[in-house]
Amino acid sequence: MLHTATPPNPALPLYDDLIPGGSHWSFIIRRGHVLRLIDEEGGANVGMLMYNPANPLERYNMPDTLKNQHTFLLTQGHVLLSDMGRVFASIVHDDLGWHDTVSGTCNRKLVEQRWGRKTYQDARNLYHRNGTHSFLNELAKYGLGKKDLTANLNWFSKVATNDDGDLRFVPGHSRAGASVDLRFEMDTLLVLHTCPHPLNPASDYPRFPLRYQLYKAAPVSDADPCKTSSPEATRAFANNALYHLFEQEA
Amino acid sequence: MILESNLHPETASFRATVPAGEYFLKVVKAGQTVRILDLEGNQAADTLFYNAHNPTERYSAVDTIREQGNVYLTAGSRLISSEGNLMLDITADTCGRHDTLGGACAAESNTTRYALDKKCMHACRDSWLVAVTEHDELGLSKRDITHNINFFMNVPVTAEGGLTFADGISDAGKYVELKAAMDVLVMISNCPQLNNPCNAYNPTPIEVLLWD
Repeated sequence: MLHTATPPNPALPLYDDLIPGGSHWSFIIRRGHVLRLIDEEGGANVGMLMYNPANPLERYNMPDTLKNQHTFLLTQGHVLLSDMGRVFASIVHDDLGWHDTVSGTCNRKLVEQRWGRKTYQDARNLYHRNGTHSFLNELAKYGLGKKDLTANLNWFSKVATNDDGDLRFVPGHSRAGASVDLRFEMDTLLVLHTCPHPLNPASDYPRFPLRYQLYKAAPVSDADPCKTSSPEATRAFANNALYHLFEQEA
Repeated sequence: MILESNLHPETASFRATVPAGEYFLKVVKAGQTVRILDLEGNQAADTLFYNAHNPTERYSAVDTIREQGNVYLTAGSRLISSEGNLMLDITADTCGRHDTLGGACAAESNTTRYALDKKCMHACRDSWLVAVTEHDELGLSKRDITHNINFFMNVPVTAEGGLTFADGISDAGKYVELKAAMDVLVMISNCPQLNNPCNAYNPTPIEVLLWD
């Protein structure tokens, strides 16, 4: 845990919504707003991708995010970087201390092998969706596709390694009510799904909803804990300031 | 895992030296073996692989590390595509470990990692962007430049979730060898990074060899 930031006033969400488990959704969030992700029942996994709506060639970059902050996990105090050296969002609050971004997302083959094939004809909206198709479904709404799929975030999921680099999914990591607050530092197209983490060993298709809320963010000062969390983050914020230079003048 | 090759350079059907800061682009046919040779030591060969017949299918770092259950690459690693298919097997490796988490340097990431005024220094993603624009017949663009492999780089992950850039474990003459399971387009940026102590601030050439 790097720093403690003041969470937004929970009494004042601008918007509050529940996405069922095994589903997908997307929207554009404007900078200066906080997105609170809440694991409503415990056990959730939220796959997420991020793009600049003004130029979708700018997207979340897992390697840049990890190597700039010398971290394998994501938690409070970290920033989520684009491939253009800018901050999409700052993690201003986190109840869990570890979120995954290196395991990718489940695909049709993996879901069928682990949890069986359940079609819409069989199960209506309880059919077994997979993360890859969920991302592609949402990306297509913005003219994006397979070429735009990149390493995604997996909120509420913990995947650790040992000294030999072996991956270990940690079951039961998240709990009911656990939340993460993302403060957006630039306008961002968010693509998300609530399909299972690809390493989840559960015997039944894990189906856990996501509650998400939008808040107005407080202004970001030069002493902001995420901005000062590393010299790399400070420089990324400087790149954001340049990107927004003309907006600030207006 | 250290595993030496029994292939001899004299019998290679193709050999090319790639200077630091330049790109290498070639189709390796299914069944062929490609060797990337670190000529002077601790050089990073930032490499992307595409299905030569449908480049929308490409090497995926996250699918590869998840399917093998390990974050490092070495002999025995199977490189998995974004469609879940086997692209190449690492059949020999005299380094023992290669990185696929650290990504490639870019003008923009140089500003955040090193200093804002490093933005005009030559970087790997520049080399790839030149490669795809000089070869527009391939139909590739910046959209296709995703997570890559850094051959010869050592990026250890700790049990506590830290990530460090350690001194290279490569040396002059060390190599990695891959056998293609499908026709693959290999796109290498031989890294020009001047800010990272991993290569002693001195990027050097690599050699690429091919056996039928």
